[in-house]
Amino acid sequence: MARFPFSAIVGQDEMKRALLIAAVDPAIGGVMVFGDRGTGKSTATRALASLMPPMHVLEDCRFNCDPSQERSCPIECSAKRVRKAPVPFVDMPLGATEDRVVGALDLERALRAGEKAFEPGLLAKAHRGFLYIDEINLLEDHLVDLLLDVAASGENVVEREGLSVRHSAKFVLIGSGNPEEGELRPQLLDRFGLSVEVRTPQSIEDRVEIIKRCSAQADDADGFAEEWAEADTAIVKSIASARRKLPKLEVSDELLADVAGLCKQVGVDGLRGELTLMRAARAQAALSKARSVKRQHLLEIAPMALRHRLRRDVLDETGSTVRIERAIEELFG
Amino acid sequence: MTSDGPSDGPLSDALLAAQLLLLAPEVLGGIALRGAGPARDWLTLQLQELAAERPWRRMPGHIEDERLLGGIDLAASLASGTPVRQTGLLDEVQTGFLCVPMAERLREDLAGKLVQAMDGMERAKAFALVLLDDGREIDERPAASLTDRIAFICDLSGVAPFTDLLWPDHDKTISISSVAPASPEQCEALAQTAAALGIDDIRALLFAVNAAKAHAALYSRKIIADEDLAAAARLVLAPRAVQLPMDTPLEEAAEPPSETQQTDHSENQAENSKSHDAPLEEVVLEAALASIPEDVLAAIAEGRIRKSTASGGTGKRTQSKLRGRPLGARPGVPRGGARLALIDSLRAAAPWQTIRRQNEPDAQRSVLMRKDDLRVRRFEERAGSVTVFCVDASGSAAAARLAEAKGAVELILAQAYVKRSEVALIAFRGEGAEVLLPPTRSLTRARRALAGLPGGGGTPLASGMTLGLQIAESVSARGRTPFLVFLTDGSANIALDGSPGRAQAREDAQAAAKTIARAGIETILIDISPRPRPDAADFAEAMLARYLPLPMADAVALEKAVSAAQPQLAPA
Repeated sequence: MARFPFSAIVGQDEMKRALLIAAVDPAIGGVMVFGDRGTGKSTATRALASLMPPMHVLEDCRFNCDPSQERSCPIECSAKRVRKAPVPFVDMPLGATEDRVVGALDLERALRAGEKAFEPGLLAKAHRGFLYIDEINLLEDHLVDLLLDVAASGENVVEREGLSVRHSAKFVLIGSGNPEEGELRPQLLDRFGLSVEVRTPQSIEDRVEIIKRCSAQADDADGFAEEWAEADTAIVKSIASARRKLPKLEVSDELLADVAGLCKQVGVDGLRGELTLMRAARAQAALSKARSVKRQHLLEIAPMALRHRLRRDVLDETGSTVRIERAIEELFG
Repeated sequence: MTSDGPSDGPLSDALLAAQLLLLAPEVLGGIALRGAGPARDWLTLQLQELAAERPWRRMPGHIEDERLLGGIDLAASLASGTPVRQTGLLDEVQTGFLCVPMAERLREDLAGKLVQAMDGMERAKAFALVLLDDGREIDERPAASLTDRIAFICDLSGVAPFTDLLWPDHDKTISISSVAPASPEQCEALAQTAAALGIDDIRALLFAVNAAKAHAALYSRKIIADEDLAAAARLVLAPRAVQLPMDTPLEEAAEPPSETQQTDHSENQAENSKSHDAPLEEVVLEAALASIPEDVLAAIAEGRIRKSTASGGTGKRTQSKLRGRPLGARPGVPRGGARLALIDSLRAAAPWQTIRRQNEPDAQRSVLMRKDDLRVRRFEERAGSVTVFCVDASGSAAAARLAEAKGAVELILAQAYVKRSEVALIAFRGEGAEVLLPPTRSLTRARRALAGLPGGGGTPLASGMTLGLQIAESVSARGRTPFLVFLTDGSANIALDGSPGRAQAREDAQAAAKTIARAGIETILIDISPRPRPDAADFAEAMLARYLPLPMADAVALEKAVSAAQPQLAPA
């Protein structure tokens, strides 16, 4: 069954842009989506994953290895045939255990053949794709630590049950959560590249449009996908061209000074903020087909790159976005 | 509203919802039936009988992953020496109904797996949920992630046992696919109603549209009529209401926002040529409002209904078999999340190999395992801690230090949430104590509750202590470590029953303090009086609490004091 097309999602422009930026430059380190239930968070992520052009994998490889990269697979793949596979989208359930996530001893083979084999977990499954975690704020802490660590290093190291395995796990981490139901520790939040806040569209017209599109999709999924195929193809092309452009785009020293000034102004600790700002501005420039990275690109992505890094002042109710906008106003007028 | 059910009321609504669900389970997701009783039993039974051609499975809360998702049947595999697979409940229930008893007690990981199955399933194979919710308290509810994915939430608690209820016979129902899609005006009417009731979840709106279609199909109408919309609003939208229409009386509710739209509506109405004088939105909204029980309406009006509850999910964390300090292995089968201890299992099997090989000379396997050999790992996990703040908001305290105490609590809250311990907040003033915030991890909610805390009135210290103890005990009943923090000046002057009188008040407070000491709950008492007096110290002694006189403390000093005391008392 055809998935809901990415371009058919009504509104939620900031979330869509953040997802596209993360797709263009996965090194940005994941997107955290704050928002109520039923605002299309997982729909958008799923749609983006199914939008991506199929990737080449070795047949029967359980680690989604890239055939063009030699020796990346932890086990010797016997099959050499390459096939096309859709970009993986892994939805991690809330109650997932550590074994399920990192992988564990293959019990079946251990009992049957007495072999010590590794059963890849969700991280291996998500390699080169998307890992979506709903309600990440309710996830057990040690799992969040582990996930962010793997997402940042791009490698999953398993040292347990007598196994010693390492395999690549490069994925775009998408977390979602509702701050009303519990919060994520600041040091974990800081490790997400971008964060966006989504709300249900408030205008009645938008809501009616959503109903119409969802009903149309439910009645005839393939026909609906057909209708939006053109718009979706345009997005695929823009991602592909932005990815090609990305290495050629240089960030000027003046812009880097802007980046540093902005971080200083809003009081962001650590250097992650600066690095993400720089990367995201570059990806944004690549997406908007610009020849160079301009201040305008920086300002467009500043809220989503910094929002979650501001120091929490328990006595100050002012929203983070407002504080960033104020800083931009003061610095750049 | 013209509802064609046997009679008005929650039962007839639930009955109608069940009928609609039977017509189109794949697009309506399911039904939640709250409140145990004969009415619900009857309804569930009817549903099961009428859905006889579809699979019906009951899922107990203790189901194991292997059974739910399918997997290896370990005992059978060991016996036969080859892997024996078992099919999962979720495979068996495709296109059918999954009945979940005690849905409010469902573990969050299980709810997560159901949600994933529902989201990932193709529509043609989708199953519908029947959640039987036995919750009584407002916080005892099925996980919101599940109720978001089903169309109907029916409350049957308090429905009197019926005498002669019959399942209404609709022999002329048509298939839902032959009903025309909702017109833009009808979609708009439902969207307006949802917005007026403060429902932000788009899923609810989609369910409402589908329910309207199903209702039309039930009455063999090919085009959705006004009463279909009204029924959908009543069954799907009303139970999810979190606000009343914006400060407008019922008659004028859902006034279209602009003039231009107003004209649009009147045109639409002309097209629809219905006998109603009121605009469509109003009709639909009225239907929804009419079915919200009065006490709920009042609660919504007072703003007491929280927009989103923590769904009890955060609280019911069970002891994990998967992490913590290793404790060594014990015999057992690796399921329900427990991990096999391979070396220990092999060690257990080793002495028997000679004997087993004599019995099974043909066995090709290098190691002959039996089920009894299996060992699983055990871990010891430290329970999470919950800090319960009991804040004295009486006049005497308010005059001196309430603002400081608030500041300190906020700082400690920020600390607590960094450590992932939960906090609860109790305030006592005037005639009694109240829980401002049940145990939560949300700083946003804690801050809001604290900011709205007024000061003034007497000091019902005994009530504060009693309530603090109650919360602490319910916390430890859930397997977590409570930690009580009192911020008071100790000048008790209101007795437990709310009557004024210093002597009685002191006596009651002393008694309550001793109960806390007997319960063995770690406690700290922070004296917030301007000049330390023996009162507070006496109470601290009575409840075996640490006593911290902080006459000139500012918020930061207070926070430091509590943080310093905490690790030693309740390891985080």
